[in-house]
Amino acid sequence: MNRQHTAQRADPPQDAGAARPRIARRVQDIPPSGIRKFFDLIASQEGIISLGVGEPDFVTPWHIREAAIDSLERGHTHYTSNYGTPELRGELAAYLERLYGARYDPQSELLITVGVSEALDLTLRATLDLDDEVITGDPCYVAYFPVVHMAGGKLITAPTAMEDEFRLRASEIERRVTPRTRAVLINNPANPTGAVLDRAAAAEIAELAETRDLLLIADEIYDRLVYSTDEPFTSFASLNGARDRTIVLGGFSKSFAMTGWRVGYAAGPADIIAAMMKVHQYTMMSAPTTAQAAALEALRTGERDVAEMREAYDHRRRLLVRGLRRIGLHCVEPRGAFYAFPSILSTGMSSEDFAERLLMEEGVAVVPGSAFGPSGEGFVRCCYAASVEQIEEALTRMERFVKRHARGR
Amino acid sequence: MEDILRILEQDGRTPPERIAEMTGRSVEDVRAAIAEAEKSGVIVSYKSQVNWDALGRGDVQALIEVRVAPQRDVGFDAVAARIARFPEVRSMHLVSGDFDLSVQVTGESIYAISNFVTSKLAVLDAVQGTATRFILKRYKEDGTLFETPNDAPQRLPLSL
Repeated sequence: MNRQHTAQRADPPQDAGAARPRIARRVQDIPPSGIRKFFDLIASQEGIISLGVGEPDFVTPWHIREAAIDSLERGHTHYTSNYGTPELRGELAAYLERLYGARYDPQSELLITVGVSEALDLTLRATLDLDDEVITGDPCYVAYFPVVHMAGGKLITAPTAMEDEFRLRASEIERRVTPRTRAVLINNPANPTGAVLDRAAAAEIAELAETRDLLLIADEIYDRLVYSTDEPFTSFASLNGARDRTIVLGGFSKSFAMTGWRVGYAAGPADIIAAMMKVHQYTMMSAPTTAQAAALEALRTGERDVAEMREAYDHRRRLLVRGLRRIGLHCVEPRGAFYAFPSILSTGMSSEDFAERLLMEEGVAVVPGSAFGPSGEGFVRCCYAASVEQIEEALTRMERFVKRHARGR
Repeated sequence: MEDILRILEQDGRTPPERIAEMTGRSVEDVRAAIAEAEKSGVIVSYKSQVNWDALGRGDVQALIEVRVAPQRDVGFDAVAARIARFPEVRSMHLVSGDFDLSVQVTGESIYAISNFVTSKLAVLDAVQGTATRFILKRYKEDGTLFETPNDAPQRLPLSL
């Protein structure tokens, strides 16, 4: 059976005299964020160690910040081309070819956006008609349901399982394809699980898209953070047969520690990029000019930073995963991004209970897996973009917590 | 191997057990690799980087540019080794450009340093001239910034 995120729909006004709600139905439909209350709990406590973040702990490398300062000093404070500066698009085309052997025409097949968040919104708005369905894995990034919904579509989720390292399988997608299915949305590497598709699994999905005539939306924001795999990361951009139906979304936030700059990109066939640009030019005009200057510097000379940060994340990843296993929380090896997704079944608590009590009793913040969809129940997301000392201390506290509650059962 | 060195270069106190977890190696392998690096001189020493200025200590440092006449067969090495042995010398390099040796010295006072220059350094036969530049403020040493701004960058405690 199809699992589906269900939105709470407010009843329509019954009688003509009742005041019409001020908030649009489409926005009312979006349930409040499941982690809102954790914000308030964290704010009320001292000495919290947060493994609940979703961004690098590194500050943007200095040479990138310096390039932005230089751009400001030169007075580059105007709009850029709607597509993004020609220099950045040219450099991006070279970067994607260097990394993935993928060739994109910088004039027509690349669009610089305000992060992958905007790029995804544009993709959906440019391609979905009302009630079109988009299939993605469960658990999934929390924004997927709302952005698909706001674009008029329906998000259909296909479960993934710990036993299979949370990989999204073509067979699970295929069972959910209907005549209304428009696209498959893949977060690879995945938030919150850290799952990475190997080339064979990615190729199967691409083949399915081909046979069932679906678009592939590949959210590859974590593409540069892949560890200990037997093969190099497979971007959907590199699967030749799928190229004409694939929109690759990428960015600078995670690779170069640039979350606050708000700059990303979409790469895809010219007709879809042109349609996305149409929406982009009337809503956003262009990505921030200063951020584009910084992104250009990142692509030109930031490879060393990527390698250094990736190694640091990899060290912390091993530390956290081994630590979690040691204290009795089963954890599959996350191969990408910067999240571990351990099972908390052994504690007998729900994800939300576990996260709330861990925060209240030990001052460690993690995100309940259930915030990412039904298959996330029984897990919590722990981010290892934190210092070695913080991770060690968090593990000490978690061990105390797990032991205490194991005794109580 | 290099990943172990990078961890120790960041924090020389990282215990082998933690390095083993961070790199996926066995503790024995890590210990052996460190021992080998120590023995072969790849790891030169373990020290604390102390900011004496923070204690309000008045030590004075200077960069001294030294012009030296190279000697037959040994070039600059013989005189360089002689200068480097003085405990006042904290670091020293042979450099390209207008002068030859860049010597960083430390002393209790300006007087102590000028005394070192005039009575120890300038009198060496091979030394043709010196220029002493006193250090007024230290911003960064060996990759470490000495003054970090008070408004350290903050992340949201939770983000998805």
